[in-house]
Amino acid sequence: MTAMIDISRAEKTFTMHLQGGIELPVVSGVTFQVEPGECVVLSGPSGAGKSSILKMIFGNYRCDGGRIGIRHQGALVDLASAEPRQILSVRRATIGYVSQFLRAVPRVATIDVVAEPLISNGMARPEAQERAGQLLRRLNIPERLWALPPSTFSGGEQQRVNIARGFISDLPILLLDEPTASLDAANRAVVVELIDQKKRADVAMVAIVHDDEIRHLIADRIVDVTSFASAA
Amino acid sequence: MADNNAAVQDNDQPLLMAEGLGKTYGRLSACRDVSFALYPGEVLAIVGESGSGKSTLLQLLSAQLAPSAGKVSYRMRDGVMRDLAALGEAERRFLFRTDWGYVHQDPVLGLRMAVSAGANVGERLMAVGWNHYGRIRDTATSWLERVEIDIERIDDAPRTYSGGMRQRLQIARNLVTEPRLVFMDEPTGGLDVSVQARLLDLMRNLVSELGLAAIVVTHDLAVARLLSHRVMVMKGGRVIETGLTDQVLDDPREPYTQLLVSSILPA
Amino acid sequence: MNAPVYNFAYLDEQTKRMIRRAVLKAIAIPGYQVPFASREMPMPYGWGTGGVQVTAAILGPDDVLKVIDQGSDDTTNAISIRKFFARTAGVATTTATADATVIQTRHRIPESPLHGGQVLVYQVPIPEPLRFLEPRETETRRMHALGEYGLMHVKLYEDIARFGHIATSYAYPVKVNARYVMDPSPTPKFDNPKMDNCPALQLFGAGREKRIYAIPPYTSVVSLDFEDHPFTRYRFDAPCALCGADDSYLDEIVTDDQGSRMFVCSDTDYCENRQAEGHRGSESAAPHKERPHG
Repeated sequence: MTAMIDISRAEKTFTMHLQGGIELPVVSGVTFQVEPGECVVLSGPSGAGKSSILKMIFGNYRCDGGRIGIRHQGALVDLASAEPRQILSVRRATIGYVSQFLRAVPRVATIDVVAEPLISNGMARPEAQERAGQLLRRLNIPERLWALPPSTFSGGEQQRVNIARGFISDLPILLLDEPTASLDAANRAVVVELIDQKKRADVAMVAIVHDDEIRHLIADRIVDVTSFASAA
Repeated sequence: MADNNAAVQDNDQPLLMAEGLGKTYGRLSACRDVSFALYPGEVLAIVGESGSGKSTLLQLLSAQLAPSAGKVSYRMRDGVMRDLAALGEAERRFLFRTDWGYVHQDPVLGLRMAVSAGANVGERLMAVGWNHYGRIRDTATSWLERVEIDIERIDDAPRTYSGGMRQRLQIARNLVTEPRLVFMDEPTGGLDVSVQARLLDLMRNLVSELGLAAIVVTHDLAVARLLSHRVMVMKGGRVIETGLTDQVLDDPREPYTQLLVSSILPA
Repeated sequence: MNAPVYNFAYLDEQTKRMIRRAVLKAIAIPGYQVPFASREMPMPYGWGTGGVQVTAAILGPDDVLKVIDQGSDDTTNAISIRKFFARTAGVATTTATADATVIQTRHRIPESPLHGGQVLVYQVPIPEPLRFLEPRETETRRMHALGEYGLMHVKLYEDIARFGHIATSYAYPVKVNARYVMDPSPTPKFDNPKMDNCPALQLFGAGREKRIYAIPPYTSVVSLDFEDHPFTRYRFDAPCALCGADDSYLDEIVTDDQGSRMFVCSDTDYCENRQAEGHRGSESAAPHKERPHG
């Protein structure tokens, strides 16, 4: 098999103990694959479980059943049953995640927030910062802001910093959770360009995008999540 | 390539292992049946509220307290896994001065308050036989810089330092011998929020730059999220939930963990 | 002269045995502080109760006793201790270093080399060299037991950081027989090299702290230091104003109420011997003359 992501019959239920232990089924029977260089967009109404699926692929949400196969360093790892250490290794070398919200350490300079994934994978700091700078410039973050921590930035700026951080590495899988949500047209176009570049680099991507226009621009295939909705 | 494989294999061996660890005081059980493996470079957070047994567990893991049940083993620098209870006192203390660090919540417990900052950092070096004043001072200076303490203050005693500076000094004092494992007991407790942020950032960088393994006891889930790879949630002396930090915090399973997570004040 | 109501050398024989056992143990473990059941002596703590008990325990009728205080045979403390043993033990006393078999001292080691068969008894106020850095006795004992002496260098480090050199000039810590770190009592560090490989037996008694320790004859005694700040002996630049000696430890003596002063040997026996041999300093005989008032 050549797929980078191979999910079969994955399911997820939340048990809300603080609300009397009610069970909240989110998804079940999630089955799809993503090939290298392919961008799969998850579609469906709010609450259908798109974000949950993305988080399951990242190992952020635990999987209650089924399999989440990830091609990691030439072998298939099932994230549904992997050890924490394995998941960390997959995140370091294989899967990147671009969320809507920046979760950065306070006080760290923007340029370092962006460069960090490269540095932690062994790149020298100056080189990593150089690449981070290129990406920030492309995403129209003015250079005078680079030394400041992004926590003081506007929502849109923070998101662009987050996108830069997500796109900087050369990971073979990228998960995009509404990467263009609060961006203006110019910056949206930059993101589309970045995604195109990743495709040409054979990166497998799974994305959630609400904007129809963007969806058409980036999607190679659309997976409708409503079919995985658990019968509540 | 062969070297690379060796390194990978090395990292596949746990640095510290707890097996069925427990501590009872008479009929009171402070901590029960704790088992886990900690790998080189891994940061484990132990979270829970006061009385959950997390501090007892930290003392058991760092061999400051003898377990009533189970054992803790540690991979010594020669690669041999040793039962901590079987180590002689000299060996255990040597481990504490060299391969381990221990960051106390109250820096007064971890520092010599009347002795200069330079000597506080240099003490561990002198304890392992460094006998050249110039080199000891140079090393102390570079560590003070690393923990962002103005080197003009090298000859001042920590009692003249602020809380945040003391804590950073304590970290420098612990890391100067390049330990492989650091125990931290509520390292940011009692500090102002802005001071906490700076300290957390510093610790995060040092841990990743030095490839340190760390066991951090904290009741602050934000600290666990920023510092740790993995988290263990304790309640009533037991580990009730364990997993990847973001997994446990974003997708908590146990009722108590859900309560803890839902009790975080929004930032 | 012997006061019949007292046992020989004041202490009862059981107490002396107890002290001798401690002394023997101390000799067997050079530099190790042996606890002993220190007795109340007819003098206040700080006046040499530890040294006096050790002297009392080792003194025999044939011994010749010398007592010095800061090197001097004729200060109040030295005289009273000498008289104490002359009365309670009836032993011969001397001021001549070479003639003495037992020398009790406070803060000095005689300048003339000691010889085999002699015993030097030091009065010690605080026997624990680690005390000022580590207040817990349980912890200092453990540190001695495990040979963890990094802390000792912290003190020396602080000196250099503060003064640019090791400023500790007395009670300068030494390592005995390559094992125990020991406080040589508040002797000036000028005397430290005399402890090394010394033919005489050196005993240390701390009365208030109830500890005895020892350096057996010909034992290595090394002053702690740093490679780049080696141990140095400190001495005044001037020679002794009375005997002209340029190799002895000097005391500063104020000679009048105008602030005049001079530096003379702290070891009075040494100084007088040299003067008797014809050596002269710049102010020879000055302190012996009463200046006419007016």
